[in-house]
Amino acid sequence: MLRSSTSFATQRNRLLESTFGWLLFFCAAISVLTTVAVILILATETFRFFQSVSPFAFLFGTEWSPLIAPKHYGVLPLISGTLLVVVGASLVAVPLGLASAIYLSEYAAPRTRQIIKPILEVMAGIPTVVFGYFALTTVTPLLRQVFPELPIFNAASAAIVVGIMILPMVATLCDDALRSVPNSLRHAAYALGATPFEVTSRVVLPAALSGVFTSFVLAISRATGETMIVTMAAGAMPNLTFNPLESIQTMTAYIVQVSLGDASAGGITYQTLFALASILFLITFCLNLLAQRIMHQMREVYR
Amino acid sequence: MISAIANPRLRRRKLVSAAFRVLCAATAFVVVGILFALIFDLMLDGLPWLDIQFLSSFPSRFPELAGIKSALFGSLWLIGLTALFAVPIGVLAAIYMEEYAPQNRLTRLIELNIANLAGVPSIVYGILGLALFVRFFALERSILAGALTMSLLVLPVIIIAAWEAIRAVPTSLREAAYGLGATRWQVVQSHVLPMAMPGILTGIILSLSRAIGETAPLIVMGALTYVAFVPEGPMDEFTTLPIQIFNWTANPQEAFQDLAAAGILVLLGILLVTNSIALVIRYWSTK
Repeated sequence: MLRSSTSFATQRNRLLESTFGWLLFFCAAISVLTTVAVILILATETFRFFQSVSPFAFLFGTEWSPLIAPKHYGVLPLISGTLLVVVGASLVAVPLGLASAIYLSEYAAPRTRQIIKPILEVMAGIPTVVFGYFALTTVTPLLRQVFPELPIFNAASAAIVVGIMILPMVATLCDDALRSVPNSLRHAAYALGATPFEVTSRVVLPAALSGVFTSFVLAISRATGETMIVTMAAGAMPNLTFNPLESIQTMTAYIVQVSLGDASAGGITYQTLFALASILFLITFCLNLLAQRIMHQMREVYR
Repeated sequence: MISAIANPRLRRRKLVSAAFRVLCAATAFVVVGILFALIFDLMLDGLPWLDIQFLSSFPSRFPELAGIKSALFGSLWLIGLTALFAVPIGVLAAIYMEEYAPQNRLTRLIELNIANLAGVPSIVYGILGLALFVRFFALERSILAGALTMSLLVLPVIIIAAWEAIRAVPTSLREAAYGLGATRWQVVQSHVLPMAMPGILTGIILSLSRAIGETAPLIVMGALTYVAFVPEGPMDEFTTLPIQIFNWTANPQEAFQDLAAAGILVLLGILLVTNSIALVIRYWSTK
């Protein structure tokens, strides 16, 4: 009696066990399905787009005007706009982020650190639409006091604020990398008579270099896909230029511009969204892969 | 003669070192200062507009009548539904990865895939939602379509956060339960989950907070920018707080930009509350 009931319970448990196993596997598989769906959707719509516009004209064309006749579908102006913002943002975030991280990891008293670290976390959590407001209403007017000719929508303001947005990420990741350098290395350098600056610049920083580079690559990836700040502050003018004081448009800002209007499904304007999203996906995918590669190398060095 | 102070080279080295320290410290404080400048600026513009009327009115052409009622309800609906979809799937996926997954190629592929998905720009999720939910499943520009899009967006983040919390549970605990003859699922639900719960909750709250502030994917999947009604079901059209802020900021009239600032203050207030809850949970669980 007792025996049969135990075996029944065991049987039920086994059944439950395999059911749960499959259920859990399905949940994990959804992430793979998401990637498959993204790639499938981007590929088919981009393929359809390439049936009306040749890939060569798209990738190397210097004029982007899909909404006004005569229509041109050269993506280079949007690429240059994105590049301008990414480079500008990196110029802000890399030096400021790295210097803040060095301060936090090498110089700051534990109490100061305990205050600044959470503040960086708060900054990293601020929605990008808030930064967009900041760019348009604070940074642009400030810049216009220096450059009176500056248009309201300009690449410089957007780039600076995108830089501020990715700054906490750079600072936090660099700080982690610097702190993972064993103290014995620092002590050895001090024992040889090095000054704190020499210890940081010649011993700690080189030892943490892969982590530091990883943070730069991830920050660049984030800046590439950033949408709201560039939509609100950089303008809606596809412009093949490398002058940050002009109005430009990035790939992401174009996608938003079209989405705010009404692109009918199947139309070529609708397809441009997918062609641009494909480029964005490819760029960020490669950057993230690169970041993972660099990080992996660091781990191998340390173990 | 060989006194350190008298050695000009050493003095220079020390000077450089001191200057570098000051430079780094100044940078860190400037960065922190930017945050305070931003908040100060927002308060200056937005506080005068922030009252009960602002919270309980629909958007309007007249700034003094405009409010964020529809946006607040839209955000609430959206995050509620997103949590409903993404939290169970995310946590179960994390359990699978840590407790069930065999050590093989497929598992490594899923792991790599989750890490990569977390780095895909949010606007690409908007495009995915537009093609998959809005068009293919014909959900139109409904809250449901928005919530499904958001769920895919936050899923990798939730999985990673929950996974880390589950991984932190000591193996000895699992072995003790297995030793008593517990099945895998029994070990998970009676030992692993309760131990990992604070970490999982913190991760969930932080990922959902990120979703509250997301704007771009919702605009791309077609959420409206002007909504003068409270959504009543998951198939209704909607707007959210960040979209309303975006809409007001884009308005050249200065009064609307101040409204945007007031909206931002509400949004940041909500995020402050959710983040504090996460912090309190983290604090309690480590005590």
